[in-house]
Amino acid sequence: MERPATRTPDVLPSGPVPEDVIVRFVDVHKAFGKKQVLTGLTLDAMRGETLVLMGPSGTGKSVTLRHAIGLMRQDSGDVWVSGHDMSRIKPAELSELRKHTGYLFQEGALINWLNVADNVALPLIENSDLPRDEIDDRVREKLKLVHLPEVWHEMPGEISGGMKKRVGLARALITEPKVILYDEPNAGLDPEISQSINELIAEIADGLGVTSLVITHMVSCVRTVADRVVLLDEGKVVVDLPPDEFLASDHPRLVRFLGTDPD
Amino acid sequence: MTFLSGLLAFADQVGYQVRLFFLVLHRLPHLLKRRAQLASQLYGAGNKVLHVVVLVSFVMGMVISLQTGLVLAEYGQQDQIGIVVAITMAREMGPFITAVILAATVGSALAAELGTMAVSDELAALEVLSVDRTSYLTMPRVVAMTIMAPILTIFADAIGVIGGGFVARSQLGVGRVLYYDSAIEALQAPAALIALPKDVYGGLFKAAIFGCIIAVISCSSGLRARGGALGVGNATRSAVRDSIIAIIITNYFLSWLFYQA
Ligand SMILES: Nc1ncnc2c1ncn2[C@@H]1O[C@H](COP(=O)(O)OP(=O)(O)O)[C@@H](O)[C@H]1O
Ligand SMILES: [Mg+2]
Repeated sequence: MERPATRTPDVLPSGPVPEDVIVRFVDVHKAFGKKQVLTGLTLDAMRGETLVLMGPSGTGKSVTLRHAIGLMRQDSGDVWVSGHDMSRIKPAELSELRKHTGYLFQEGALINWLNVADNVALPLIENSDLPRDEIDDRVREKLKLVHLPEVWHEMPGEISGGMKKRVGLARALITEPKVILYDEPNAGLDPEISQSINELIAEIADGLGVTSLVITHMVSCVRTVADRVVLLDEGKVVVDLPPDEFLASDHPRLVRFLGTDPD
Repeated sequence: MTFLSGLLAFADQVGYQVRLFFLVLHRLPHLLKRRAQLASQLYGAGNKVLHVVVLVSFVMGMVISLQTGLVLAEYGQQDQIGIVVAITMAREMGPFITAVILAATVGSALAAELGTMAVSDELAALEVLSVDRTSYLTMPRVVAMTIMAPILTIFADAIGVIGGGFVARSQLGVGRVLYYDSAIEALQAPAALIALPKDVYGGLFKAAIFGCIIAVISCSSGLRARGGALGVGNATRSAVRDSIIAIIITNYFLSWLFYQA
């Protein structure tokens, strides 16, 4: 068994986390029925950091992200987010935590009977007292940010997969969250839009104290946004390095992964 | 599946449905905020099934009139046919027909709609956006069905009596005036609490309960759907099956409650 090339210490202390650690997984295990998905995942994301997660399909990247927002609960190990122990968090605290967190789902997850504008506006309509024209202004601004100023009345069923994803991104950003979790923000986009989404993520991440976790398969995304990159394989971290060292690393698992990946 | 694990799954499912029902009750105060959803659900439910209810209850009234009328005629009592049709429609067939049609059309659509949301991460998205799904999705749907079922039942009762009247005249030779007079007279027994005839309001009360049961079962079925399009199909199928079973069982107890000797 090769030793992982990792900066996160193999053993993180359990118990309360320092204030500048926004996301911490300690030896997290998660299985669905007999299928072990997370097998001792340990990682840290610091305040203001952009952490990129790479890894083969089905290795548990989306599952990891879902734990960080309380959509799933680990079987064992600890998950800490913004100082909360996610296995003990109270419903009111979780709701508050989520209001400061943006989440882009892998397939966009737009509400299928709301049009694009209402989808993007949903968090503000439901959880703020802003007047509708103020909300509309913000929706317009976010749709422009994701290069979709012209879709407004379209229904999710009428737009392409890549557009759905970008609308989902606009919805994730509408509350100006401090922690943003992106599940493959640029999969299925053409190279030009994909690069502009990378630049958008990098720009947002430069904002004061914004912490981002980004799942991607694209080296271009790593180059543009990453402060640190981890490679997940079979439910645990096998490589954890800054982007230039990550791309230059000769760790055998990483070479195999990047070697089979074009781009 | 063994008998025991089947029993456990059943208990789990009923537990979920009961919990959902109480959650809906708890969110009732949000009704004013959710009035747009309520209106669109009411319209959707009514619009989707009214013509089916009309057709089926008309034919059902005809069948009741024909079958009972033939038996009554053997005793020379066919003049009583208006009474039989009116009472049967108001007490049993009106609410039951409406409920079965609602389960098969609106209930299955609810399960498919919420099931699709469940398997495409839309429910997860609502959760992440801190949108309460009971208030946003379930409560307006349950309330709409609870209101719409008795309204449709009024149509079913009336159309069933009209259908019976056609057969009474053409097959049994009972005149229109006699038929409707006896039908209306039969429904005059006053109720204890409301100014509606007991047979009518008992039927409408049953219909409201059926509507609520269908919506709760169909919504839980959809919300718990897993595993892509196949999962949505299973959710839809079990929603219709379980709703109809629950209606038939509940119907007996409600009838007993209203009409016990
Ligand atoms: N809710 C779930 N129920 C059962 N299995 C799941 C669930 N979510 C994910 N899985 C399984 O976990 C594994 C990892 O999934 P995922 O995290 O989505 O992979 P990826 O790394 O491609 O994002 C897959 O085999 C998937 O089938
Ligand atoms: Mg994934």
